[in-house]
Amino acid sequence: MSVDFGRRVLVVRPHRNVSARLSVRPALVCLVLVLAALAVGVLALGTGEFTLTPSEVLRALGGEGTRAARLVVVEWRLPRVLLALIIGAALGLAGAVFQAITRNPLGSPDVIGFSTGAYTGVLIVTVFVGNGYYLVAAGALAGGLATAFAVYLLAFRRGVQGFRLIIVGIAISAMLSSANQWFIIKVDLQAAFAAAIWGQGSLNGLGWSQVTPVAVTVGVLCLLLIGYGPRLSLLEMGEDAAAALGVRVERTRLAYLVIGVALTAIATAVAGPISFVALAAPQLAQRLTRTPGIALVPSAAMGAFLLMISDFLAQRAFAPTQLPVGVVSVGGIYFVWLLVRQARR
Amino acid sequence: MSLAARDITIGYDKKTISEHLDLVVPEGRFTAIIGPNACGKSTLLRALSRLLKPSAGEVLLDGRDIHSRPAKEVARRLGLLPQSSIAPDGITVAELVARGRFPHQKLIRQWSVADETAVVAAMAATGVTDLSGELVDTLSGGQRQRVWVAMVLAQQTPIVLLDEPTTFLDIAHQIELLELCVRLNREQGTTMVAVLHDLNQAARYADHLVVMKAGAIVAQGDPREVMTAELVADVFALGCRIIDDPETHTPLVIPRSSVVQRVG
Repeated sequence: MSVDFGRRVLVVRPHRNVSARLSVRPALVCLVLVLAALAVGVLALGTGEFTLTPSEVLRALGGEGTRAARLVVVEWRLPRVLLALIIGAALGLAGAVFQAITRNPLGSPDVIGFSTGAYTGVLIVTVFVGNGYYLVAAGALAGGLATAFAVYLLAFRRGVQGFRLIIVGIAISAMLSSANQWFIIKVDLQAAFAAAIWGQGSLNGLGWSQVTPVAVTVGVLCLLLIGYGPRLSLLEMGEDAAAALGVRVERTRLAYLVIGVALTAIATAVAGPISFVALAAPQLAQRLTRTPGIALVPSAAMGAFLLMISDFLAQRAFAPTQLPVGVVSVGGIYFVWLLVRQARR
Repeated sequence: MSLAARDITIGYDKKTISEHLDLVVPEGRFTAIIGPNACGKSTLLRALSRLLKPSAGEVLLDGRDIHSRPAKEVARRLGLLPQSSIAPDGITVAELVARGRFPHQKLIRQWSVADETAVVAAMAATGVTDLSGELVDTLSGGQRQRVWVAMVLAQQTPIVLLDEPTTFLDIAHQIELLELCVRLNREQGTTMVAVLHDLNQAARYADHLVVMKAGAIVAQGDPREVMTAELVADVFALGCRIIDDPETHTPLVIPRSSVVQRVG
């Protein structure tokens, strides 16, 4: 006796109390995405002023090869690749959480004003305090979190509903963007320039000192997500259905929002607003995996792949000029495609 | 497995719908809650299913306050078919039914033999086994409602609440669904509570009627005793005759007409 799920499923039951059901296609897609992201990573580690073949890169990673190769690959380039993978995955997860909670493909940390608020925070900090790396990161965090909190409070009426969250988020974002514009016009050129560079979103100039804190915090948030199990998918079926199945709706949704905002906050603090990954990854992943609703793991894998390849293109497309990754307009094209599709329905 | 409301006051925001309401759901029976629009019948069901917390009084599940118990534990005893649920894009019938197993699952026990058995049984009982691998989006309204019922059955709860389960279904599917509920009630002893709109269906399929008007329970008991012309006139402001349903020998409400009069 087995159930026909309408797709290929792998059931694992090593013990009476340990069991899992895995859809084959999403698992394969994730595997391919991760491998592809790693392959691009190896390419990225080998390209630049000091060029290495993939096999030289792998040897350097394994602790062999010349000292110069190890220095370039491990010390200089590896942190950036690792950060691209981790931050990409974090953004993919954040987007998945927001889209599932709002039940809307436009739901993303941006839409609830996080990035715009973070930008405002960065502008205020660079103008009034200074533009050291940690200052800017702190400004982004404070601005983003304050905005997200304000949107949550304004959207809260007997619980938060997805659509209201998006509408309030768009309104607050619009107000903050004009404030940002005004700021950039009013302040001195140098500060405006520094802030504008941040505002493009970039992995330029990141090193090992950022890798550990980012990896640990994102790791902890992932553990929390795992702990909540399939509750995100249950919330997608509507509040009543989820509650009937034993989900404490309001508390769980708030927890997911906090996790999503925290993931975005880490990414934004480190690399600036790289919004398109959060928006595009969950939807692209869903189309490839054909999972019911938004799934977390494929979104993370897709996010890592998207940011990795976008950063690689941003670095190499106009070499030696390095573009900020935010410029790579996968996001814009995707957004237009999504709007057209939505409008046709 | 008992479910009861004790002196509850329920409503939304500052608007109170019902005050000092008492109800003991008869165990192992099929109870129908009826009443005119906005009489508070769905609100009462929401309170019984712990979707709505009473502002005073308590809902007792097995003698204990339903809100003080762990959510998953409650979900193993009390199932609910809500008025509106959203099937995620691209979900298949079996996947949706399997979601009903959530209260029985743990982080490392996601698909036990018991889960599988329950899903197979629930799909068989609702007649959706053949649709198992189909996408829920592609089903007809009646099929889809049966899939949602299957999800609730897979939860394997001794009590099942249904909030207007026949809305949006055509007459054949309405009857089919209600017969299914009665069968489950008889065969598995599941306590059923349904909010129903159609008086004749309620009188026919339920063995206990709860009649509400303006937030209060005005009558309850065996449909053959409760369903009288006086009650319908009082509660629904509808003149009617009650005759014997020739099929089931349950009360049949025949509304009076002041316009159409044909001599037969």
